[in-house]
Amino acid sequence: MKFAMEPGMANSSKQLTGAEILIRCLHEENVEFVFGYPGGAVLHIYDAIFHQDKFKHILVRHEQAALHAADAYSRSTGKVGVALVTSGPGATNAVTGIATAYMDSVPMVIISGQVPTYAIGEDAFQECDTVGITRPCVKHNFLVKDVKDIAATMKKAFYVAASGRPGPVLVDIPKDITAHFCDFDYPETVHLRSYNPVTKGHLGQIKKALKLLTEAKRPMVYSGGGVVLGDASEHLFKLIQSLGLPITSTLMGLGCFPASDPKFLGMLGMHGTYEANMAMQDCDVLLAVGARFDDRVIGNTEHFLSNPRTIIHIDIDPSSISKRVKIDVPIVGDVKSVLADMNELIATEKPKQNTVELASWFKQIEAWRSKKCMNFAQSSELIKPQYVIQKLHEVTKGEAFVTSDVGQHQMWAAQYYKFEKPRRWINSGGLGTMGVGLPYAMGVQLAHPNAQVACVTGEGSIQMNIQELSTCAQYQLPIKVIMLNNRYLGMVRQWQEFFYENRYSESYMDSLPDFVKLAEAYGHVGMQITKPSDVEGALKEAFAMKSRFVFLDFITDQKENVFPMIQNGKGLSEMILAEDL
Amino acid sequence: MASTARHIISLLMENESGALSRVAGLFSARGYNIESLTVAPTEDPTLSRMTIVTSGSDEVIEQIIKQLNKLIDVVKVLDLNDGKFIERELMLVKVKATGTFREEMKRMCDIFRGRIIDVADGSFTIELTGSGTKLDAFIESLDKSAILETVRTGASGIGRGDRILKV
Ligand SMILES: Cc1ncc(C[n+]2csc(CCOP(=O)(O)OP(=O)(O)O)c2C)c(N)n1
Ligand SMILES: [Mg+2]
Repeated sequence: MKFAMEPGMANSSKQLTGAEILIRCLHEENVEFVFGYPGGAVLHIYDAIFHQDKFKHILVRHEQAALHAADAYSRSTGKVGVALVTSGPGATNAVTGIATAYMDSVPMVIISGQVPTYAIGEDAFQECDTVGITRPCVKHNFLVKDVKDIAATMKKAFYVAASGRPGPVLVDIPKDITAHFCDFDYPETVHLRSYNPVTKGHLGQIKKALKLLTEAKRPMVYSGGGVVLGDASEHLFKLIQSLGLPITSTLMGLGCFPASDPKFLGMLGMHGTYEANMAMQDCDVLLAVGARFDDRVIGNTEHFLSNPRTIIHIDIDPSSISKRVKIDVPIVGDVKSVLADMNELIATEKPKQNTVELASWFKQIEAWRSKKCMNFAQSSELIKPQYVIQKLHEVTKGEAFVTSDVGQHQMWAAQYYKFEKPRRWINSGGLGTMGVGLPYAMGVQLAHPNAQVACVTGEGSIQMNIQELSTCAQYQLPIKVIMLNNRYLGMVRQWQEFFYENRYSESYMDSLPDFVKLAEAYGHVGMQITKPSDVEGALKEAFAMKSRFVFLDFITDQKENVFPMIQNGKGLSEMILAEDL
Repeated sequence: MASTARHIISLLMENESGALSRVAGLFSARGYNIESLTVAPTEDPTLSRMTIVTSGSDEVIEQIIKQLNKLIDVVKVLDLNDGKFIERELMLVKVKATGTFREEMKRMCDIFRGRIIDVADGSFTIELTGSGTKLDAFIESLDKSAILETVRTGASGIGRGDRILKV
């Protein structure tokens, strides 16, 4: 095997360096964007990038942001996101982004440089055990030890990332491997004897599920991120319309069913609506679609199970079934395929429904809905954060892509921005990673250059990846940052108010920068809004600047809390409502 | 609390570096018990066979099996406790063999059908195979002060008759 000093310099007519092979693999996979940051171990790869223009490399300002941007590119398009980082600190900086994607099952391929094979294990400069460090937070990872393995490994990586329950896959490539020569031959197909994700659901189970649903007195559908990831929204819509069932969604599933449809009860869970949580608790047959009975969703498990109900669960991942709650009718399969089979059964068999019972169930639901749990006290002095989101929805006609950070602002965005379509709501649900908002918006805006992209954030979260203001300037991304500035780590403060007798330990944000000047320093537009009467105007003005990045600093009511709220350890029907206080 | 039971899980996985740590990491990350874990390549050198002895409620064991199946390197998983199976473990015990101990040790070894595989002036090394409980019983029956050293492999298991774990 020959060693090339310059990757461009092939030893025979057709052989390529490992770095060039890697780039060709990305071309074969039709990659549009690679989000990355260079360093010693990936210099050969960067040189090969220099020689190509099929995909665009986006230079971030911190590797964490590269991962988040690639993650959001994927969440908003359904395609595999790609990130490239160097060894050692490059890889460790990427870990938060990898774990974030893993928790929300986002398909990604991460390429990390590694020290040369002969130096592995010697505590070489910028060496770390990347495969070991990332093992618990990837779907799978590989260390490539031979240039001949690069193409097959990349093919496997893309396949594993996107199939079955999707997830991030990391490929660690030592530097010497990227300089070795080899013929390039991209495999057309991939077969892994140890990995055969199911697709079709069991027809017998599907029939059983349909029978239960049609005979139910108080049926309920609970949909999650799996519907979005599985591109099954249309099939879900059809099912709900033909059977006329009430439906709720998790934080991750928002948009998989149109929020304006009267059968939609809003989000459920810790900050879910009264009607969604009550219906979830009181239903007699529950259909869970691509959701996983998370602790933030069903509250206290014992309390949830204290009401008898029959549970049907459709999920691609067998380990999601009966993990936290025993399932009566499990259907393992691709959500889209299972829902399609169900819809076909309905079309052919035209099952009779329990219409009288269903009507009285909806009556009950309307009674719960009439509590109007999302009402909030408007103020003429202080900007209410909920009001900002309502206006954002109006001004963008409900058509924006909304990314968010983590905290109270995230919950308000989820509650008050009514999503009509899937892949429009981009947030970190599983890991709850502060700092995702701005890099998420970058990934989304690059994927959808003409779309309106809003990043709803807090003054705490935005500072966790504030350096990306520079990336946004470099690539002229016309993102609109909607910062709900309450001068508090608001979600922490809310818990301290409720559970620690107002002892606000380290949750006040002092010494905030002048965000307007900060935005301007990067060449962006900055606005500060302090009066409720200016909210709408500012939003309109910002979105009218179609080609500009605008940072809107909304000074909001400091003490506003997120309601309804289920306290830790409480059950779904034990919500605290705003009016209770 | 659901009752917990001891289970022996057999699995075939790709004989690749890192595969073992994926399994071990899964058990520690999800807080599952590992009583013992043995692994070695099979007659097909691309495959390793692992036997894991664990314990948990039915629900936990079900999750363990599903989580193991989810690992990309794992080819097949079998809970041996779902049917009839045989379990064997190898133990080497070095015991004091001086004076009266010398005869006593030989006698105990015979009773348990062990073999003395090394003889030195003051000690014997005994090899014993059997189920974990048999090995425990042997240790129990020895005078504690006579035990110099023990080493056990952990259990290996195989299904009876037609129960075959193969690719
Ligand atoms: C990286 C990270 N560190 C800590 C937390 C814990 N945490 C959750 S919400 C929150 C406060 C967020 O403050 P801010 O961004 O201002 O949003 P607000 O709740 O005020 O709307 C914190 C610290 C987290 N989710 N992520
Ligand atoms: Mg805040």
